[in-house]
Amino acid sequence: MKYLETKEIVYPGDRIEINDLRPRNGIYEDDSQYFSEYFGVIQKSEKFIDIAPFNSPYLPRVNDKVIGKIMDIGPTMWTVDINSPYYSLLHINDTPWHVNAGDLTRYLAAGDFIYARISVSNEIKESWVSMRDTGMRKLEKGQVILVKPPKVPRVIGKGGNMINLIKSETDTKIIVGQNGFIWIDGEPDNVNIAINAIKMVEREAHTVGLTDRMGEYFKKLKGGN
Amino acid sequence: MEGNVKLITDDGLRLDGRSSNEMRPIKLQTGVIEKADGSAYIEWGANKVVVAVYVREAYPKHAQNMDRAIVKARYSMAGFSVEERKRPGPDRRTMEISKVISEALSSAIILEKLPRAEVDVFIEVLQADAGTRIASLTASSVAIADAGVPMRDLVVGCTAGKAGGKIVLDLSKDEDNYGEADIPMAILPRTGKVVLLQIDGDVSPEEFDEATSMIVNAMKDISKIQRDALMKTYSIEGGE
Amino acid sequence: MPMDSNAVISEIKKGVILESLKNGKRLDGRAINDFREVKITENYIPKASGSAMVELGKTKVVAGIKIEEGTPFPDSPDNGVMALNVELLPMAFPTFESGPPSEQAIEFSRVVDRGIRESKVIDTSKLVIESGVKVWMIFVDIDILNYDGNIIDACTMAVVAALRSAVVPASKLGKEDFKLPVNSTPVSVTMAKIGDELVCDPDLQEEQVSNGRITITMSEDNHIHAMQKGDVGEFSLEEIRKAIKTSCDTGSGLRKELFKVN
Repeated sequence: MKYLETKEIVYPGDRIEINDLRPRNGIYEDDSQYFSEYFGVIQKSEKFIDIAPFNSPYLPRVNDKVIGKIMDIGPTMWTVDINSPYYSLLHINDTPWHVNAGDLTRYLAAGDFIYARISVSNEIKESWVSMRDTGMRKLEKGQVILVKPPKVPRVIGKGGNMINLIKSETDTKIIVGQNGFIWIDGEPDNVNIAINAIKMVEREAHTVGLTDRMGEYFKKLKGGN
Repeated sequence: MEGNVKLITDDGLRLDGRSSNEMRPIKLQTGVIEKADGSAYIEWGANKVVVAVYVREAYPKHAQNMDRAIVKARYSMAGFSVEERKRPGPDRRTMEISKVISEALSSAIILEKLPRAEVDVFIEVLQADAGTRIASLTASSVAIADAGVPMRDLVVGCTAGKAGGKIVLDLSKDEDNYGEADIPMAILPRTGKVVLLQIDGDVSPEEFDEATSMIVNAMKDISKIQRDALMKTYSIEGGE
Repeated sequence: MPMDSNAVISEIKKGVILESLKNGKRLDGRAINDFREVKITENYIPKASGSAMVELGKTKVVAGIKIEEGTPFPDSPDNGVMALNVELLPMAFPTFESGPPSEQAIEFSRVVDRGIRESKVIDTSKLVIESGVKVWMIFVDIDILNYDGNIIDACTMAVVAALRSAVVPASKLGKEDFKLPVNSTPVSVTMAKIGDELVCDPDLQEEQVSNGRITITMSEDNHIHAMQKGDVGEFSLEEIRKAIKTSCDTGSGLRKELFKVN
């Protein structure tokens, strides 16, 4: 078995040499030394050093665009599963519709998916989503799949290059929620190819040269047909 | 019954052929329960234990802690896991084990990162053969890391004890039943701090030292097994 | 769980306790390894086969023993049976609730039980009436009447005192009553980790500021028969060794003082 080249992998409690960088996400300090909080890879930028976990629960952040699933309906708001330990809330005033209190199911019923923006989130991880932005809507048709939240940036790629590649190669419409829910719509065969491609990116997210490999993957797929 | 069973043979070995500081083989695997946020399966000798971790808002709401997560481990034994059928459901022993495992895991998890949440750790012992609490804890900490819950360290557990007058590592069922003492212990390897420790039986302070240093020496191997298990989930075959 | 002011320690109090400990002093004037005053009232419940009330500072517990005929466990036909249970009565503390025992009550029961059982206080082989058919069963019930910290040690003391005074009611079977044979005198010593100190016999406030507890039960052989790290907290091996030594020293002192046993 040959392993693809990977970034430096660390485990919880591993000491992290920060050198001149500032420790940021996934690193804790103890007695002026720094340690990893996750099983993940070290990521260095010009200023910062982060640990990118292989898996971690999604925690709501303001302005994240997420895909949510309606779970429960109250008199004036919906409870929304945003693929997080914490449920989010959607108030009737934060929808594109004029909704009367008590008449919520006419617009969104349990099990419906929405594309929405986290408009409020606080210290204790309570959050509200809003659909009053362009592009935010109820998601009809299509399929929703799930990837691990930390893999989302890799699925999108630098400047969107990965997801654009998948979209154009499979002729599908795709919305990637920053919480790990991904909506895909198109011809069923194409949707399946897109799902496979996304799952492949998720599996290999921590490897080097992934965009090139995905390009080759699609080339081979076409050659085979 | 005690004393009738000879636990150390004439050549100084244990009944199952192990030397005093030899552990039973351990197999550990993550990602075994698809629905769970994190999971692990451990085989430690003949012990077989599955662990699934769910991270969610604590329920009911008034049970939520505004500044940190609550850890709730639930150790349970399948009816078929022991010689005579175990009646399902919690009993005094399983409730105590759940408590000490929850407490040990609470020291490893960075609880402040997940306010209001509950880290549910469901432990199912499918087959028990001495040392289940420590096998459960060792697997639980891997399952929690697999779930991506922020942690200070991976908790490592092991048991030592006294059998046939000798201090031995990782008690077998016979040694547990007929031996003189049982010492399950778990530490955070980075700091060497003890987060679980129980004794029952009869050991002198000197024997306690001998037993704990045996456990500490074994920790490195167990740590490696934990890391390898996590690594295996995420390493992928490349090329053709 | 009902909310109650007693269950929440004030930040100011916390500060005072920690500050005082830095100077090696506890709020009630005790040294680090001192126990509170212990008062044992033996035969407190004459209708029981054996009993004792223990007051450890303001913590108050009653242990009562009932000895009855019963069937032995199939796997040990030639041994009597002991069962021990700690009840955290709702009257003892505002957050104690009636109903099935809490995790906490179960842990206390099991730690006390292990200390007694593993020290072989009772020679169960002397409690056989008819091998495999009938044995004496020792039921030990401990009521916590007032909780002001360190339930485990108060219970161990009460159980040992009760067992030492217990009489097996053999006259029911036309034989002669006899004193329950008692072989050893275990003493449990519980320490709370507060800051970097381990303090013996923590009271309620000390428990509330502590980070972890450790209980070590030793008998006159100075061997460890039960140990339990409890609550969330971390101990270094060095701290545990120190705790063993403390348990040994403090425990011998208590054994001599309370039970006149060396």
